[in-house]
Amino acid sequence: MTDRRNLFNKVWDLHSVRSIASGQTQLFIGLHLIHEVTSPQAFSILRDRNLTVMFPERTLATVDHIVPTDNQLRPFADGLAEEMMSAIEKNCRDFGVRLFDLKDIRQGVVHIVGPEQGLTQPGMTIACGDSHTSTHGAFGSIAFGIGTSQVADVLATQTLALSRPKVRRIEVTGKLRPGVFAKDVILHIIRKLGVQGGVGYAYEYAGEVFDRMTIEERMTVCNMSIEGGARCGYVNPDQTTVDYIKGRPFAPQGADFDRAAAWWLSLASPADAEFDDRVTFNGSEIEPTVTWGINPAQSVGVSERLPKLSTLTADDQKGTGDAFAYMGLNEDQPIQGVKIDVAFIGSCTNGRISDLREAAAIAKGRKVAAGVKALVVPGSQLVRQQAMDEGLDKIFEAAGFEWREAGCSMCLAMNPDKLKGREVCASSSNRNFKGRQGSPTGRTLLMSPAMVAAAAINGCVSDVRSML
Amino acid sequence: MQLITQVTGTGIPLLLDDIDTDRIIPARFLRCVTFDGLGEHSFEDDRQQDRSHPFDDSRFKGAAVLVAGRNFGCGSSREHAPQALMRWGIKTIIGESFAEIFFGNCTTLGVPCVCASRGDLEKLTAAINADPKISISVDLNSLQAKAGSLTVPISIPDGARLALTTGKWDFLGQLLEGADAVQAAAKTLPYMTGFKA
Ligand code: SF4
Repeated sequence: MTDRRNLFNKVWDLHSVRSIASGQTQLFIGLHLIHEVTSPQAFSILRDRNLTVMFPERTLATVDHIVPTDNQLRPFADGLAEEMMSAIEKNCRDFGVRLFDLKDIRQGVVHIVGPEQGLTQPGMTIACGDSHTSTHGAFGSIAFGIGTSQVADVLATQTLALSRPKVRRIEVTGKLRPGVFAKDVILHIIRKLGVQGGVGYAYEYAGEVFDRMTIEERMTVCNMSIEGGARCGYVNPDQTTVDYIKGRPFAPQGADFDRAAAWWLSLASPADAEFDDRVTFNGSEIEPTVTWGINPAQSVGVSERLPKLSTLTADDQKGTGDAFAYMGLNEDQPIQGVKIDVAFIGSCTNGRISDLREAAAIAKGRKVAAGVKALVVPGSQLVRQQAMDEGLDKIFEAAGFEWREAGCSMCLAMNPDKLKGREVCASSSNRNFKGRQGSPTGRTLLMSPAMVAAAAINGCVSDVRSML
Repeated sequence: MQLITQVTGTGIPLLLDDIDTDRIIPARFLRCVTFDGLGEHSFEDDRQQDRSHPFDDSRFKGAAVLVAGRNFGCGSSREHAPQALMRWGIKTIIGESFAEIFFGNCTTLGVPCVCASRGDLEKLTAAINADPKISISVDLNSLQAKAGSLTVPISIPDGARLALTTGKWDFLGQLLEGADAVQAAAKTLPYMTGFKA
């Protein structure tokens, strides 16, 4: 009998330690990433129970959420942020966990750092107290976000108690058209399947469009699996994956690397693999996509108009009407031309070097519209360095963008970068929830980094395809 | 560990869809190193903008049973969200559906999240609004929720139900018991041994 298990089930089976009394699987976690926000209470649990970290070398800590991206002098101006920073420093010292702090060039947003360092590898199980851990699935790993009690579970036992999800294969066929990016692909998938369409599922992204994508593009897609309700999403490892990892600091070297690569490739879902569900999209039909509402499925192609309430079910009318009211938008209006106040390029969704290059290509030789505050925040110090080596910072600054230090910045409201009042932000991040970007009444329009750059320059939502 | 088979208390209705964890506890309150004091900030920004928010309504003070809508707790994995609700006084949530990470976090804290149909959630909401002091019970064995003369069927995945009703929702304790098996399993993974031949 041939093995028809998909990658998810193969990797899950390899990491199953045993069944526990309540029926869940005790699953071994190969890589544990931690950051300053969701780890302090987990270390407190360890202290309270007199426990140690079982495999300290399998956990890596970095700081990102609370880090200011302008003035990083310690102590931070925000006393609470300083306290969290001191806590992670002490916890890592006390428990023997490696920390990439602000003084370390390897510091950055946790989901950028793992892949960049070669820590993220195919066939691993990866957990982090952060829902965008799904990013790491781009390598063909099983990667998912966990809560703080579970962070303690991984620290103390290197395992989690989990129930196996179902697996849905999402195939995107054909070719993306120019000006359509990985971000548009995932926004399109979420729009079609809904914000809870993936609950209970892991997503396998497959098909020509993903085959052609770079690892960084695959990361953008996997990153937002959680916005579609799927705790985890992955792409099968292929030669692109192997090439990306080769030579990175934590990658295996020499003959070990060759053995690793052979193992990684052997894990990919076979052509006749079994899935619990399958969905297919045609990549050539995807447009640059923009959200207009307060959840990531509320989006349209840039040439479309917002939905007409009369075309929706009674249930959806309520939610859509509320979203329009919050956003100050009207039914049936075009999305193009919606005015913006702030433009944010960055985050673990789109804060990698390729994202900055795409945005810089649009910004080059143009100027940010008067009255628009535009920020570029690299996802890591190494991305920042690389961008500066390529002169991207100069392009952005000449166009009127602020060039910042690495961190989560305006993706969420835990550091000084925040929206004010009802400002509208064109953002390359992942969540357009009410209040997400720091003002309780602030408004977010999610789009690709190139589309954010276009919006910054025109002062309103614009079709980047006319600026390529 | 305590067996959680039945939770009883008064109710608080919040029958809205896609309530994300940023709304349950805005990110600025995550600047903390303990979960203490989070309870009072539950839904802080929603309450600021809507003075008639149920969490500010004195009729629902002391409620333990939250009636929610579809995809409750979506978004960020922050355990601060269930911690805040729990510290506010919520002991169980009846909703149409839950986001997975939120559901898992609640289970680990001993807060059962159970599902009911939209129609039944509307009936429960009506019952609470008609009499905010009505006692609601959620029973994980009979899989029913009761409010006065109203009885509605509820569901919860078997794993979580078993963990709660048999007092095994402290997963850390169970995982620690498997320490030897974990050490053995680690040795079978190629990346744990450096891909050596
Ligand atoms: S960039 Fe945004 S989504 Fe990513 S880890 Fe930071 S706050 Fe979370």
